[in-house]
Amino acid sequence: MDFNELTLISTLKLLEEGKITSKELAEITLKRIKKYDSKLKAFLYVNEEWVLKQAEMADQRRKEGKAGALTGIPLSIKDNIHIEGHPTTCASKILANYIAPYDADVIERLKTEGAVFIGKTNLDEFAMGSSTENSGFFPTRNPWDLERVPGGSSGGSAVSVSARLGLGSLGSDTGGSIRQPAAFCGVVGMKPTYGLVSRFGLVAFASSLDQIGPFALNVEDLALLLKVIAGPTPKDSTSAEITPPDFTKAIQENLKTSYRIGLPREYFAEGLDPEIQKTLEEVIHILKKRHTLKEISLPHTKYALATYYIIAPAEASSNLARYDGVKYGFRAEAKTLLEMYKKSRAQGFGKEVKRRIMLGTYALSAGYYDAYYLKASKVRTLIKEDFDKAFQEVDLIFAPTTPTPPFKLGEKTADPLQMYLSDIFTIPVNLAGIPALNLPVGLTSQNLPIGAQIMGPNFKDDTVLSLAYQLEKEISLKFIPPLIKE
Amino acid sequence: MPLTLDEVKKIAHLARLEFSEEEILLYTQELSKILDYFQELQKVDTSSVSPTFHPLKKKTPFREDEVKEFYNRKGLLENAPELKETSIIVPKVVKAP
Repeated sequence: MDFNELTLISTLKLLEEGKITSKELAEITLKRIKKYDSKLKAFLYVNEEWVLKQAEMADQRRKEGKAGALTGIPLSIKDNIHIEGHPTTCASKILANYIAPYDADVIERLKTEGAVFIGKTNLDEFAMGSSTENSGFFPTRNPWDLERVPGGSSGGSAVSVSARLGLGSLGSDTGGSIRQPAAFCGVVGMKPTYGLVSRFGLVAFASSLDQIGPFALNVEDLALLLKVIAGPTPKDSTSAEITPPDFTKAIQENLKTSYRIGLPREYFAEGLDPEIQKTLEEVIHILKKRHTLKEISLPHTKYALATYYIIAPAEASSNLARYDGVKYGFRAEAKTLLEMYKKSRAQGFGKEVKRRIMLGTYALSAGYYDAYYLKASKVRTLIKEDFDKAFQEVDLIFAPTTPTPPFKLGEKTADPLQMYLSDIFTIPVNLAGIPALNLPVGLTSQNLPIGAQIMGPNFKDDTVLSLAYQLEKEISLKFIPPLIKE
Repeated sequence: MPLTLDEVKKIAHLARLEFSEEEILLYTQELSKILDYFQELQKVDTSSVSPTFHPLKKKTPFREDEVKEFYNRKGLLENAPELKETSIIVPKVVKAP
């Protein structure tokens, strides 16, 4: 058996047919983590004993005929999602010793279906960053080129899937934190519609933008993971009261459906890497065979980055006020309460987190609220309306996920604005709340993954997945990084 | 430079953060550059636009205000930096009379 050839769904078949046990699968995964993760640094936490115990329970469950949709499947989880009794650090020193006291809703759902959690993955501290270099512990490296970043903030999750250290993962996407690392690592990653997946148990960064979503090796696997985690919950007041469609069924049924697809002028403009441009043009050529393509305009795209970097830090400055050294997390020695707050936060938070708290506090402070936060919230309306108008003419939008291929470690750390620009094509989606997915579609001349982004109207996650599934079949490429072929 | 050193010190206090003098200088420069970039938004006419604070048009859901015991009190308390039985210890906040 070649582990590099396995997918989540093909592995489920092997488990069902008894050709492999959950325990064997867990052991192989742990062995692979030992072999590759010293180089990649995708994991913050792997507890072998716990992994094997879960796997044994999965085998037992299958033997009793009580297997769920994911029984025995090894998954990794971004370390800002709670699994009861295990650490949630958010890759921050301020939460270095924090043990989650309860399960996130998504974890509860995965447990019900029998998934095996193999560990918690690295991220930019509190999900703030685009390269996983802002982790408070260590940076993660891209399996396609160890000198390059895996993207971020869910870099560890993207790498764990790309290097087959597990067969899927959950991340969170506030401004591209699932799609951008998925593009950089050559895996499928999706930000579902805001409200489709419960955020209960996800550590909050920017609450009007945050969304949990899956990473997978292909679209079919992704659809199954989304099917398991989607659906309403009373524990998240922003959860949408809709019954999600059966995504697995939808992608099969829509295998030949033809769509009207919009190509946004603003995304195929100056600044887009020529190799990405060329690959996407080839993909557009493939799309033309079945679908109706049309150039569209999303005229406020150029304001999305500034809008996002006011709104997200403003919400973050409020959400992160809870880290004060009182009830949990790092506490610095101090004589007064105020001194304790300030010292705990100053020593516990990293540089980028402090930068964003400062930005957000400023944007919300008396005298500046109207000029920054309120202004940005109004421009957000215009960005949202751009999409509303576009979706009157087209079913889906096709665009690049990132303006460049993965960059080198250290290349953008000195200039925060340069780093922020790597999210320029993913941010508008979060501001509008709509679903979007990254599909790997090619490789650069330097053998680095290229991703395409498919966006859809709110709650048309099934349509987004359906086009991705069609396209994946047409392109028919395997994205196995050279590191794990050795 | 839209920000002064004193303003950055004031924001740091509001955010309950503290910085060294060098850090204050660095943050003043960096934040000023980012705020300059934000000026781009002033070009957009939003005079007749209402703000979006949330992507879903959803009303706040209501439920009965019932007290429910959380099943893992121990797990919550174990995360406290300083604990005495079930009370969390903090530096003294009241002055002796």
